[in-house]
Order: sequence, then C-alpha cells, then structure tokens
Amino acid sequence: MMKILSDAIAGMLGPEAAIYALAAIGLNIHFGYTGLLNFGQVAFMLVGAYGLAAGVVTFGLPFWAGILIGIACAVVLALILGIPTLRLRGDYLAIATIAAGEVLRYVYRSGYAEPVTNGVFGLRQFADPFYAMSPLPDHDFDLGITTFSARNLWVMIVSWSLVALACALVYLLIHSPWGRVLRAVREDELAARSLGKNVYGFKLQSLVLGGVLGAIAGALLAINTQSAYPDTYDPKVTFYLYAIVILGGAARVLGPVLGSLIFWLILAFLGSFLRAASDAGVIPAEVLGSSAIGALVIAFVGLGLLLLMVFRPSGILGNSKEMRLDVR
Amino acid sequence: MLRRLMVAVAVCMASLFVSSGAAVSAAGMDDASSPVAAKDSTSQSIFGTVRSPAGKPLAGLTITVTRGGKKVGSATTDNKGSWKIPVPGHGTYVVALDVGTLPKGLQVRTKGGETLGHVDVSTGEDQPVLFGLAAAGAPQEKSTPGATSAPASAAPTSEASGGDRTSGFGSRAMQLLIGGIEYGSIIAITAVGLSLVFGTTRLINFAHGEMVMMGAVVAFIMSTGSGGLPLAAAAVVAMIAVGALGAGFELVLWRPLRKRGAGLIQMFIISIGLSLFVRHVVLAFFGGRRRQYDQYAVQDSIRLGAIEITPRDLTITLISLAILVGVALVLQHTRIGKATRAVADNKDLAEASGIDVNRVILVVWVAGGALAGLGGVFFGLSEAVFWNMGFNLLLLMFAGIIVGGLGSAYGAIIGSLLVGLVAQLSTLWFSPELQSAWALLALIVVLLFRPQGILGRAERAG
Repeated sequence: MMKILSDAIAGMLGPEAAIYALAAIGLNIHFGYTGLLNFGQVAFMLVGAYGLAAGVVTFGLPFWAGILIGIACAVVLALILGIPTLRLRGDYLAIATIAAGEVLRYVYRSGYAEPVTNGVFGLRQFADPFYAMSPLPDHDFDLGITTFSARNLWVMIVSWSLVALACALVYLLIHSPWGRVLRAVREDELAARSLGKNVYGFKLQSLVLGGVLGAIAGALLAINTQSAYPDTYDPKVTFYLYAIVILGGAARVLGPVLGSLIFWLILAFLGSFLRAASDAGVIPAEVLGSSAIGALVIAFVGLGLLLLMVFRPSGILGNSKEMRLDVR
Repeated sequence: MLRRLMVAVAVCMASLFVSSGAAVSAAGMDDASSPVAAKDSTSQSIFGTVRSPAGKPLAGLTITVTRGGKKVGSATTDNKGSWKIPVPGHGTYVVALDVGTLPKGLQVRTKGGETLGHVDVSTGEDQPVLFGLAAAGAPQEKSTPGATSAPASAAPTSEASGGDRTSGFGSRAMQLLIGGIEYGSIIAITAVGLSLVFGTTRLINFAHGEMVMMGAVVAFIMSTGSGGLPLAAAAVVAMIAVGALGAGFELVLWRPLRKRGAGLIQMFIISIGLSLFVRHVVLAFFGGRRRQYDQYAVQDSIRLGAIEITPRDLTITLISLAILVGVALVLQHTRIGKATRAVADNKDLAEASGIDVNRVILVVWVAGGALAGLGGVFFGLSEAVFWNMGFNLLLLMFAGIIVGGLGSAYGAIIGSLLVGLVAQLSTLWFSPELQSAWALLALIVVLLFRPQGILGRAERAG
C-alpha cells in the first residue's frame, strides 16, 4: 500500500509531470487562449529533442547550441505549419497538424534521415554537460514518502523552475494588450478583424510561442532519459497534453500545472496499483499479463478524457465564463 | 512475393514447433518480462527462454540482436534460461544464438536455426522468440531461410516493391497502380462512414479507426482456431457487430450529447478519448502482435496481362469497388440516400421538410460502422490484424476525405482512391516506410491550394 502511494507521489512530482506541464502550458497558449486546435504539439517536442540530440551527437556542437537549434527548429516548424493552415477553420487545422506531426515522425525514423537522426535506434548520451551543472551531491535523496536519485532531482528542479517561469510569462502576456487581442481572436475572429487587428499574425505569434515552450519540453524529455527516439513522440503525447490542459482548466494560467500534477498522480497510481494487484494474484495473469498493464492505464486515460469532456469540460480551475467548450 | 515467402516460412515454423513437441518454449515469459510501467509503453524488447529438449533451462548462452548489420544489443541467459534485449523501436530485427555457447551434446534443431532473420517488433511490445534445440547427432532438419517468430508482414505495396522483382519500371508502375487501387478502395469504404457521420452531425469522429480495427479483430476471433467460421462468414458477423457498435455509440453517447447542445470541439475531444480507450483495451486483451487470418494468408498469384495479383487481392479490390458503386447508387437514388444527402446539406431545412433526422443519423452510423468493419477485415487480410491498424488508417481516411472535399461522400471516395494511389506510387521512387508520409503530405498540399477539396464547396473551408 505504501509502495503504491509513494509511486503515485513520485509520479506526480517526477520529471515527466514537470515536462508535460511545460508542453501543456504551450498548448494552453494555442488552445486555451487563442482557440487553435493544434493537435501536433508533439511535433514541436520532437524537433526540440532532436535539435539538441542531433546537434550534439551528429554535429558535435556544444550543449547550449543544441538547445538553441531545437528552439530555432520549433520556430521554423511553427511558421511552416502555421502559414498554410492558420487561415483554415479549426477542424481542418486539427487534422493538418496531427498529419504534420506524423509526417515528421515518419521522416525522423526513416532510413533517409538515419545519418542525422540514427533512425529508429535514436540518439543517446548528449546531455552530460547538463548533469555536470548539477550542484547536488551524488546520492539518493529521501523526501519522506519517496526517494529520488540526484539526477532525477536535478531534472525536476530545472523543469519545475522552467514551469514557474513559463507560468509567470503567460500571466504577464495574457494580461497585456497582446493577450487581450489573443482572447478576442478566440472569442470572435471577425470582431477582432473588424477592429483592425491582424488576426492571422496574432495566431502565428501564438503558434510560435507555444511551440517554443513545446520544444523546450521536448528537449527536457530527451535530457531526462539521455536518449531520443522518434517513436517516443507519437500522437498519444498530444492527446495526453489535451487531457492535462482540459483537466486543469483551459485558458487558466495554472490550469496545465494542476492538470499535469493530477494526471501523473492518477497515471502512476493506476500503474502501481494494477501491478501490485497483478503481483498479488488478484488479477490472474491469464486475464491481464504484466505487459498489458501499461495499455490498460492508457485506456483509463482515454476513458477519463471522455468522461471529463462529457461532464466537466471546463476542468478543475476552468471558468465557464472565460472559455466555453460546450457551445457551438 | 517476399512477404508470401515469409508467411509460408512462418507457418512452417509454427507447425514445426507444435508438432515436434515443446523442446523449447517461450513459457516463463512472465518471469522474463519485467513489469511494464505506464510511461514505458514505448519501450520494447525481444525476449525468450531457452530450454534443452528435456525442458531444462539453459544458462550462459549468448544471444545477439542486430539490425541492418548493426548490433543492437546482446544478452546472456540467466539460470532460468531467460534473456531479454531491449530494442530501440519497432522494426525487423535479426536475432542470433551463439552456437559456441551451447552446452556439449546440444545443437540447434534446424540447420541455420541459430539465426532468426525476421523478428518483427511493434512499438511498446515485448516480442518472444524461440530457438529450437535438439540433441547433437540427431538429424538436422533442412534449412529454412529467414525463420521468423511471428508472421512478418508488410503493407500491400511491399509485395510489388520487394527486391526480388527484376521487371522494368513500367510493369512495376502497373503493379503499384493496382496495389494503389486496392489500398485506396479499402480506405474509401472505411472513409465513407466517417464522411457521412461528419456530413450529418458535424462530428469529426476520431474513434472511427477503432471501428475498423474492431471489425478486423471480431473477424479474427470468429474465424481463428478450431471451430472457427469461414472468413467470409466471420466478415459478415464483424459487419453486423461493428454496425451495432456504431448504433450503440450513437444512442448512448452522441445523441444525448447533441441533445444537450454539446460543442463541436467538445465532441471532437470526446471521440479522441473514446478512441484511446477502445484501442488500448484491445491492446491489453488482444495483445500487440500483428496477426494473420488463417484463411487466404498464402496464395499463388495469377497473371492478368501485365500484372500479377493474388486471387485474394483481386477479390478485395473488386468487392470494395462494387460496394463503392453501390453506396453511390444508394445515396443517389433511394429514399434514405436522398434523405441522408439532404441532412448533410442542411439539417434544419431537412428537418423542416419532414425528414426524421435522428433516424437518418442512426442509419448512417449503422451503415458506416458495417462498412468500416468490412474495411477492417480487408485491411487485416491485405496487411495484418493489430491494435493500432485503425489509427494508422484513420489519418489516411482524413487525408482522403479532405482531399475529396469534407462532408461529401463522393468526395471521400475519390479522395481516398487518390490517397491510396499516392501512397503506393510513391514507393516507385521512395522507400515504402515513407508511403504514409507522402499521403499525408498530399493532404497538406491540398489544404494549401484548394482547402475545400476536389468536390467541396469553397464556403466549407471557412
């Protein structure tokens, strides 16, 4: 029982939760504040991760140059993706972005790209300078209920700090005139346009900004495991991010953070619980093998997203006056 | 051809293992595979347990996994005979047992059986692998080139683009053209339902791919094993089951939501949740392996003029095209077809002229579901049955629908055929692993220059 609880807490505070929170903050700028149905957020994470990984491993650049390349790739991707699709209606944008994300993943894992991305084998060992910066002594840290290794704790500290910075940035931006225009675009594009605002330009800026946050999150995800594989960045990640944004409350500064904490708490709890039940023989192995547990946890995520959207589309922090998903 | 060979070999190997008694087994899988954490669903491995013909686990054997000549990893069996080698992603690997580490008095049962040439691993799956051992001195069975642990499969294309063809560009192009029509017509019969559902309810149903997958899985369960139905009958059962599933989704989920006035984005995200749920429940209980139907898996191709085609692929193509013509005729000439088009065109006006809109929508769900189920069986036949097949196909369906014109059933048919052709013909010049990428790029190009699609009206693109 204690094991399940400590696993759940570790999942809630762990590096993944922080990284997904960061990517979700980016998505919240797109979806929550600008009303863009971007279903290709994972593509920004992919280019962010590979900018770093390929920059360091393939081209032998320093660590920080790799990070900057990742961010630059995200800006370029946002422009390439946004210029043709942002004039389209929302549902077209959703399909175009998810398709773009998949195309990118296919290309990164293909034989053609192997000289740069090493194909499905991925790239490894590119974040040593990041871990060398850690001031933490190299032993496990006992945080009462759970323990973290020094490396994990260092990633967590950096990631959660970036999350805090990103939240502050979003707060300031959204309460600036720029942010008010964004929300006007979301509420009524024609009205914003009739007031002389360049709606298209604002959408593009929003896409770039959220995409850069996604790229930083992608780079952190790669740093966390010291490895980058194309198949880590499949459309499921984007669906997770939507679940996080909606759970916390779209168009809320702290929505993605709260959403990520709860999402990973539930995910880690379920995984640990089902494994414990399986080990204890409560669930017979013939019914549910140990390898099926991961799949079942994702199934629960899907069910949770469905129920959340049916019964409480505004999430936990959501303000139904601020953003209404349930109107046509 | 390559694929047929591999399937044949797989079948031979499977029967060999069954008939010659369990000298080796992948039993003990449970202790070999460590629990998979939730976040680990994208890590995969190859594993197994090596036992002597007497059933004694063998420790200290070295096993190496390579891919394209590059070493991926190696492992030594532990004292339970178990080994496990993580691999970076899905793909085909070569697994080799170092015969030098075998204890005295043992040899591999099949000549060349120490190397398994085509081990398919899917993302997030642990793939078991068997090595057949026998006492030394026993007659070694004849060599089986490229033994495989699971039927290696490939998209319909690779049959034509397989390396063993020496024929010229023109005949390859013809072959791929036929492959493209087959692929496109399978996409089309699944996409018609998706398009009609969008036309009548404005719902972008992300769970439509799961109806395709359910069709394939239901037919697989009904037709496989002893006492299984013939595949044709199983396909009918699958169509009925998925049609009922569509009706269930409509009655339990979508109709009440529409009544509540749920938003389009809200319903879109609900369908994503539904899709994740159904897909991963199937993954949990059906497993992640690609499977083949018992029937029609191995066939000799027949020659029709310049092209070669298996009777199976020919039948799939002809039935699909006939169904597409049938759908068009029904939409054009029958009462319910006209009512469907009326609802798709203008729901309020249709309702005001006395059409029972909810009944039309229910019919669309049932018919679309049944067609999706049949498309799943066809896709399973021409490629393989696996949990992710629906989602893979879904993006191509979207591409077809948008290329043809969102909301128009005829557009969906034409667009899907085009997407199938683009995917297949791209393999003339580019690697087959990128064929879906080309199809999706076609989608993005169409969005750039004609966002309303071929048959769509400009206003739809908004």
